[in-house]
Amino acid sequence: MKNIRYLFLGIVFGVILTKAEVISWFRIQEMFRFQSIHMYGIIGSAVVVGAVLVFIIRRLSLKTIDGETVTLPAKRMDKGVVIGGTIFGLGWALTGACPGPLYALVGSGTTVMIVGLASALLGTWTYGALQKKLPH
Amino acid sequence: MEWLKSPWPWYVAGPLIGLITPAFLLLGNKTFGISSSLRDICAACFPSGIELFKYNWRERTWNLVFVAGIVIGAFLSSQILSDGSPVAISDSTKSELMALGISDFHGLAPVELFSWPNLLTAKGFIFIILGGFLVGFGTRYAGGCTSGHTMFGLSYFQMASLVASISFFVGGLIMTHFLFDFLF
Repeated sequence: MKNIRYLFLGIVFGVILTKAEVISWFRIQEMFRFQSIHMYGIIGSAVVVGAVLVFIIRRLSLKTIDGETVTLPAKRMDKGVVIGGTIFGLGWALTGACPGPLYALVGSGTTVMIVGLASALLGTWTYGALQKKLPH
Repeated sequence: MEWLKSPWPWYVAGPLIGLITPAFLLLGNKTFGISSSLRDICAACFPSGIELFKYNWRERTWNLVFVAGIVIGAFLSSQILSDGSPVAISDSTKSELMALGISDFHGLAPVELFSWPNLLTAKGFIFIILGGFLVGFGTRYAGGCTSGHTMFGLSYFQMASLVASISFFVGGLIMTHFLFDFLF
């Protein structure tokens, strides 16, 4: 039941993504065509607010609500970040959705995205199967 | 209630999304990253003896609960918080998309590409099935997506996340400005 808090957080995030039209293929196209501030403003301000608050959390050594120490894992840096990142970008422009919006689109009524989501699962599985053979 | 129902401007939505990363940290020392839920589902449903999926996914149930919340939130939002207005994209985007053959601008995504009847056409296959595959394959290869790298990783200045975010964008630009010419 401790996970209920993440359900709530997910609901809030799903509402924001939908209301801000972040899950819209049209908005993603507008972004990749540099024709509106909308997506840049969202991503930019989200990163700034997130960075300031994470800085404060680290500076004040804030604990979690259960008293745990907050830890930040180092992100793996290798060729896969560039190759995989570019492959994801190709898919992002096609579907108009990154993984969060894939889920949100299904909820908001674009039910055909269930197939897109299933295909994303197959993509992740295929990466797992080929991982050792791919350049990293 | 009117302002709730109309689309939210970027300067409201962006800062709100910025609260998600610190919320994950303070709620239980968890990391924000949605593409990893795809890995968790693979690990839970079809691990197939693959190294990447050999871990106790049950310890990450919170992430599956979170993405279930996204589906519910999007559903509630579209049912009770929507005024049904079309996405107000810029005129230049609209005319460029019309030149590609997109004519229906209702809804969040064009029905010409994203609808059940069009799923098994060449366009439906490329935009939904191939597109989804590239999202799932690429995010795991890159170690994260727009949430794990751009929102979370950048918030504590991870070089990998900066490189990843730029790569995401480069891929999107290549698709939009070069490959779309062959798809429409």
